[in-house]
Amino acid sequence: MKLLTHNMLTSHVKGVTKGYPLLIKATEVKVNEVDFNPQFVSRMIPKLEWSALVQAADQLGHRQDLPGDLVPDYEKNEDFLKKVHRVLLEVEVLEGCLQCPESGREFPISRGIPNMLLNEDEV
Amino acid sequence: MATSSSRSCLQYLLHLAHDNLDFRLPEIRSLLGLRAKPFHPSENFNEQSPFWCLNSLSEEDVRSVMARSVCSKSAFELWGHGHTHSELRTSLLNYPSEKMSPYMHKESTYKIDICSFNKTLLFADRIKKIDALEYLPFEGAVSLTSPQHTFCLLEDYGTDPNNIPEHPNYIYFGRWIADGQRELIQSFSVKNRHFIGNTSMNAGLSFIMANHAKVKENDLVFDPFVGTGSLLVACSHFGAYVCGTDIDYNTIHGKGRSSRKNQKWRGPDENIRANLRQYGTEKMYVDVMVSDASKPVWRNAALFDAIITDPPYGIRESTRKTGSNKDITKPPDGTYTESHVPVSQVYHLSDIFSDLLNFSAHHLLMGGRLVYWLPVYRPEYSDEMIPGHPCLRQISNCEQALSSHTSRRLITMEKIKEPEELDGFTHLSDPRSSPYQGHNTFREKYFSGQNKRSSKEDARSAVDGK
Repeated sequence: MKLLTHNMLTSHVKGVTKGYPLLIKATEVKVNEVDFNPQFVSRMIPKLEWSALVQAADQLGHRQDLPGDLVPDYEKNEDFLKKVHRVLLEVEVLEGCLQCPESGREFPISRGIPNMLLNEDEV
Repeated sequence: MATSSSRSCLQYLLHLAHDNLDFRLPEIRSLLGLRAKPFHPSENFNEQSPFWCLNSLSEEDVRSVMARSVCSKSAFELWGHGHTHSELRTSLLNYPSEKMSPYMHKESTYKIDICSFNKTLLFADRIKKIDALEYLPFEGAVSLTSPQHTFCLLEDYGTDPNNIPEHPNYIYFGRWIADGQRELIQSFSVKNRHFIGNTSMNAGLSFIMANHAKVKENDLVFDPFVGTGSLLVACSHFGAYVCGTDIDYNTIHGKGRSSRKNQKWRGPDENIRANLRQYGTEKMYVDVMVSDASKPVWRNAALFDAIITDPPYGIRESTRKTGSNKDITKPPDGTYTESHVPVSQVYHLSDIFSDLLNFSAHHLLMGGRLVYWLPVYRPEYSDEMIPGHPCLRQISNCEQALSSHTSRRLITMEKIKEPEELDGFTHLSDPRSSPYQGHNTFREKYFSGQNKRSSKEDARSAVDGK
């Protein structure tokens, strides 16, 4: 699971009102190199919940020097876009789980793939 | 002649493949739409013909359409046309010489091809037809192997293979610009794909879907019934970043029985990511997840440029969602083991489609497209049955026949407004979704027609009753 995906996911456990962002409990994290594409990163930034991204990168120990606030004119700031690129697309959670911040329900991640299925009594 | 009036602007001729006829016009319109260009066919446009003349385009426009189109064979700059060879000659001699000369001067090399539709020409006849074009002022040298410029004489012998006329109904001559992407149908064939399932979408239709969805570079595309990821493969080839979900844990993890003959179990690296890697687009892979399309896990925001999917109809893949109607007995300690498989129940088709439309209304960017397949019981079909949504405008609806009584329709919709509180509920009162209501009605109808005997008996009793 990449942090781009994590940024878009929310808890869908019945009755939960504050299910975002999901907490990440990782036991295995890998950094896979992915071709840098400044256009795509620039397109994604307005869709992101910035603080959730920073928090997630922090939880995984991969925040490095990613700023706490979005920088202005980021489209032209290649250095900044590369940092965002790394966090969005290169850092991957392979094993661990996602946890709903309100209900505590955990969704396992195995071989990089989150399992978001709820059980029959939770839907 | 009617042909000389629009000579101020160049005309282009598209030669289309004669299959998936329904899908061609929406594909070309969508691809022109990506360049904000209109579809302006010349007079006498006939959608069923393999030859379309288009106006108000530049060569760049045509090249970019050809770089994507799976329905087109080739495109030409049209120099002349007519019902007969003498009409063609008049038309060609009227074509401004300053537009021809850059391609015909002394230092240039060229060749002329002959292309006939609905008739196979003998080699000697082809040579004769080329020789008959001697009135054209070619000054360069012929090169059959590496010409700088290729020209083509295209003859249309109609579309009825049982009634082929002696002389063509219509003739075109033009300068070749580019070929379409027909070769993708072979090079992306599921026969050679690493990871497939029982209902993997064939390559040609996958690319057509991506084209109808106007998928473009740097888009983010989502498939909520991703299966083995055939649609993601096509979208990533066109430069989109892709993600998907499926309720089936084994498919997403590439486990379980293989769909291939002579292979019992899936190999260790059979998954969607490996499919993208096979075609060199792993960098476009975002994520896939095990998730139930009826319980979306995405935060409420417009995230996707396109949603493109082939939902299960309950024929070869079952329609399931998590949940149960039975009294649930929780395990004594209140927790499930990791291997626990949630109980699933049938997911009615009407719910699949209303959930899909609602989801798209919320999660597509404005102007983004939803492209999906809708199964249809043909004897009862009418256009009004296509599910509607106040935030989505229908763009196209193309039929692919599956049997004498069933087909599937590729529906393309575009988001035209942000959903308001009430919009999510209007579809529920919409009687149009009723054909898909009830317990698996489509499945019942699909299999009902296979019992030919009963329908024959019906017919007989109808005759008896006369």
